[in-house]
Amino acid sequence: MIKFFLMVNKQGQTRLSKYYEHVDINKRTLLETEVIKSCLSRSNEQCSFIEYKDFKLIYRQYAALFIVVGVNDTENEMAIYEFIHNFVEVLDEYFSQVSELDIMFNLDKVHIILDEMVLNGCIVETNRARILAPLLILDKMSES
Amino acid sequence: MALKMVKGSIDRMFDKNLQDLVRGIRNHKEDEAKYISQCIDEIKQELKQDNIAVKANAVCKLTYLQMLGYDISWAAFNIIEVMSASKFTFKRIGYLAASQSFHEGTDVIMLTTNQIRKDLSSPSQYDTGVALTGLSCFVTPDLARDLANDIMTLMSHTKPYIRKKAVLIMYKVFLKYPESLRPAFPRLKEKLEDPDPGVQSAAVNVICELARRNPKNYLSLAPLFFKLMTSSTNNWVLIKIIKLFGALTPLEPRLGKKLIEPLTNLIHSTSAMSLLYECVNTVIAVLISLSSGMPNHSASIQLCVQKLRILIEDSDQNLKYLGLLAMSKILKTHPKSVQSHKDLILQCLDDKDESIRLRALDLLYGMVSKKNLMEIVKKLMTHVDKAEGTTYRDELLTKIIDICSQSNYQYITNFEWYISILVELTRLEGTRHGHLIAAQMLDVAIRVKAIRKFAVSQMSALLDSAHLLASSTQRNGICEVLYAAAWICGEFSEHLQEPHHTLEAMLRPKVTTLPGHIQAVYVQNVVKLYANILQQKEQAGEAEGAQAATQLMVDRLPQFVQSADLEVQERASCILQLVKHIQKLQAKDVPVAEEVSALFAGELNPVAPKAQKKVPVPEGLDLDAWINEPLSDSESEDERPRAVFHEEEQRRPKHRPSEADEEELARRREARKQEQANNPFYIKSSPSPQKRYQDTPGVEHIPVVQIDLSVPLKVPGLPMSDQYVKLEEERRHRQKLEKDKRRKKRKEKKGRRRHSSLPTESDEDIAPAQRVDIVTEEMPENALPSDEDDKDPNDPYRALDIDLDKPLADSEKLPVQKHRNAETSKSPEKDVPVVEKKSKKPKKKEKKHKEKERNQEKREKKKAEDLDFWLSTTPPPAPVPAPAPSTEELSVNAITTLKDECEDAKTEAQDEEGNAEGQDQDKKSPKQKKKKHKKEKEERTKGKKKSKKQRLGGEEAAGEPVQNGAPEEEPLPVRA
Repeated sequence: MIKFFLMVNKQGQTRLSKYYEHVDINKRTLLETEVIKSCLSRSNEQCSFIEYKDFKLIYRQYAALFIVVGVNDTENEMAIYEFIHNFVEVLDEYFSQVSELDIMFNLDKVHIILDEMVLNGCIVETNRARILAPLLILDKMSES
Repeated sequence: MALKMVKGSIDRMFDKNLQDLVRGIRNHKEDEAKYISQCIDEIKQELKQDNIAVKANAVCKLTYLQMLGYDISWAAFNIIEVMSASKFTFKRIGYLAASQSFHEGTDVIMLTTNQIRKDLSSPSQYDTGVALTGLSCFVTPDLARDLANDIMTLMSHTKPYIRKKAVLIMYKVFLKYPESLRPAFPRLKEKLEDPDPGVQSAAVNVICELARRNPKNYLSLAPLFFKLMTSSTNNWVLIKIIKLFGALTPLEPRLGKKLIEPLTNLIHSTSAMSLLYECVNTVIAVLISLSSGMPNHSASIQLCVQKLRILIEDSDQNLKYLGLLAMSKILKTHPKSVQSHKDLILQCLDDKDESIRLRALDLLYGMVSKKNLMEIVKKLMTHVDKAEGTTYRDELLTKIIDICSQSNYQYITNFEWYISILVELTRLEGTRHGHLIAAQMLDVAIRVKAIRKFAVSQMSALLDSAHLLASSTQRNGICEVLYAAAWICGEFSEHLQEPHHTLEAMLRPKVTTLPGHIQAVYVQNVVKLYANILQQKEQAGEAEGAQAATQLMVDRLPQFVQSADLEVQERASCILQLVKHIQKLQAKDVPVAEEVSALFAGELNPVAPKAQKKVPVPEGLDLDAWINEPLSDSESEDERPRAVFHEEEQRRPKHRPSEADEEELARRREARKQEQANNPFYIKSSPSPQKRYQDTPGVEHIPVVQIDLSVPLKVPGLPMSDQYVKLEEERRHRQKLEKDKRRKKRKEKKGRRRHSSLPTESDEDIAPAQRVDIVTEEMPENALPSDEDDKDPNDPYRALDIDLDKPLADSEKLPVQKHRNAETSKSPEKDVPVVEKKSKKPKKKEKKHKEKERNQEKREKKKAEDLDFWLSTTPPPAPVPAPAPSTEELSVNAITTLKDECEDAKTEAQDEEGNAEGQDQDKKSPKQKKKKHKKEKEERTKGKKKSKKQRLGGEEAAGEPVQNGAPEEEPLPVRA
């Protein structure tokens, strides 16, 4: 099960956070700082898996942005690693050449995408067209 | 009214939206907090307005602020308002905010029940979807109970989009409201065979999670999952199913036998690393569950180990890490097959990545044998010297100790070597594990009797050396070792070579800089040492020497009396008086040694850490019963209570006033003896013989070779463990020669059966240098063997341990909403047909349920037999498609699933007028339709191309901008 999904930039600013199990708001900031700290302390030569408390962190870096997924021990690390890339590909398709600003300005839309892909801590959808379908409809609705 | 509307829209024009807020925060880097508090004030104003658009905008901004760590619980009610907006664009903002900020403690959450129910039954699939998504984040036990039936109904919704979401939410509902599991389970099971792969995958996910916690209840689903595994080509689903089998096999070894073949096929064929890794993991789990009786058992293990070796040798650090992780699982049951890769694992210790090094260390722990322990530890010691950063060095240190001390020092053949390793470790600076080393020293010195002499000599050298005292400021630092050293030198002072010298070392003024608890041990053990010296001197008739020792004590002890530490002070002053008294006696030439050493007579034995807990309650003892009957009860003299404590306590007040006569005394003694026999807490004078360590196989029968040390045991300065490695090698060599000689003799008698007795050195051949008389830790007699200390009674998953095969009772049905609530009846006309449909549905369902129940009862009996039958047919019912989808097939299947998708999309498009998605898909579909009619062969060639494309996609470096591959392909976790 996925426990949380984070997008944090190199300065340690959270750009997206989603928790699939409730975490107190004060503890969230603490957790996020610790998570990004442990990601930043690693070099490219190191593997993308970190054991952190009860979680396993799986992260990938895209330019200045880290995507970190916290999972419990039942998840396949490699699958999550691929999943992160899948998520970025979807973002890239929707925003065409996605950047950090796109994510900040359209936080709600990124959430919709993520909600289509992960539900209740499980990966539900990996097909790009199907993930984006609701969002495209929404865009049409708000245009009209 | 119209004016108000206009006013609202004008207001909105001047409001900040989310983009403005983000920009504003970026422009106010210096006074961000101030700017945000200003924004929050604005938001509060906006929330007071009636215009829902303004409110939604405000809530959207709040969601962003919440992400930055601001508490927005005060806006919970406003969020609910936005959630109930009729326009989807607003509604989803409300649900998003709710899913981010609501939790079980949010009190307004109970207000949402009806709203959510309305949204769940909305005609628009996206309303329903957003409600389901939101619900997954903030469902409470109350919500779960009230909505369980609605969600269950949605599991059979016409649209797969809703079905898959509903299926996944059910998992949360089960957790919060366990009673819903049994009624909902049949439908959940149906979803495993849903025509839509997405729904199928959702159902697999949920059942995997459930089964992981309580696997035995899901064993009956094994045939179904087996079918899925051999037919599915979606790697995400395969991974989950294979994981599930990993949880099931420990319960049913026959299942494991069935799995081995398809799994090994998958291992051979798949190109997806994630899938390969999962298969290897499950094969390992299977092999663990199969203790024996598997013909190609070792072949599968070899295959796994080989594949893992490829992973570990890969340049990709992620694969290396996973390979080591999986390897450690094999290690537990098949250490031999891993041990042959020792070179590779030792190589990983040099890796740049700390997490990989730590994994390799874990592996080493299980790889040691009597033969290679010294070599591995030597290698680790060189790493300790090289290591940068104290955390990794500390990790190494703990690992070395773990490796050596595991299973009662099973692999240590030479304790002198081990002690010298421990002493070498004390040279580590800045470690925080001084107490660990100390504990090991104490443990070894106490439990291995043969080593005490050597240990004492080493410890006295430690006490003598100054470097340990220097680091005394650090808590838990290396100075902790002195605690052990002082105790060992005191307790086993009879082995000391130069007791007087050690005594002086322990009384140095610098000792007072040590932490209090160490000083206390010093003071106490100084006396032991002193008692020993007295005895030696008196026996030798050197009265002067004895007096000199006393004088030294009298001179030096006052420095401890001044200590600020209470323990040290108290002990020191007590002992000082004692020594002064001795001095007086010595002046009168009274022999005192005998009496002083009587203070420390007897031996201390180690007690197992859980001993106290394991003491069984004696028969007849009721810990909750009154010890003395409450006073109002009349006491009868003849009453003979069974419990021993009873007897004692009742007698005492009665007999105390009168002098006990001889007979009474005898009786009491008898009673006391009996009590002692029954009392597990009573420490008996001598340890019973059966407590001696007897588990090491064959230790007793191996002839003990006395080592003939060419080097004197007491090495000046600090010892080097390498010496002992060399000595040990020589010793083994000699031993081997002797054995060979004996063997030859035997061979000559037996004749020529050479091949059976090739001189291979196995573990058992190495006899330990010392008689490994490891004293086991004491346990109370008849200790309970059970080990139930680790179970957590508060585990939420325990509630889900429910027998799912039992027929459903009426009382267990989910609460169905009896009457329509006001809100739905008010809903616009458009809704009406749908609502009717919904309200009819449950009735139908109930009928169906009853029918099912009847059938089920019949089926249940059969079920257990069916599973048995399925499992006992050893050759798997030859899965029609090749069980392992090769890369080609994968892509072919991707195309076929694509077709499904298109059809799906088309049906969806028909459902919704002017649906963008439909148009989008239609553009592509003619192409695919053509494909459908083409021959399979052509598809295959196409598939090959596709697979190449996929592979390219997999190779993309993480940092590079993402290229969009073919948009239609089902993204699989493929790594080429």
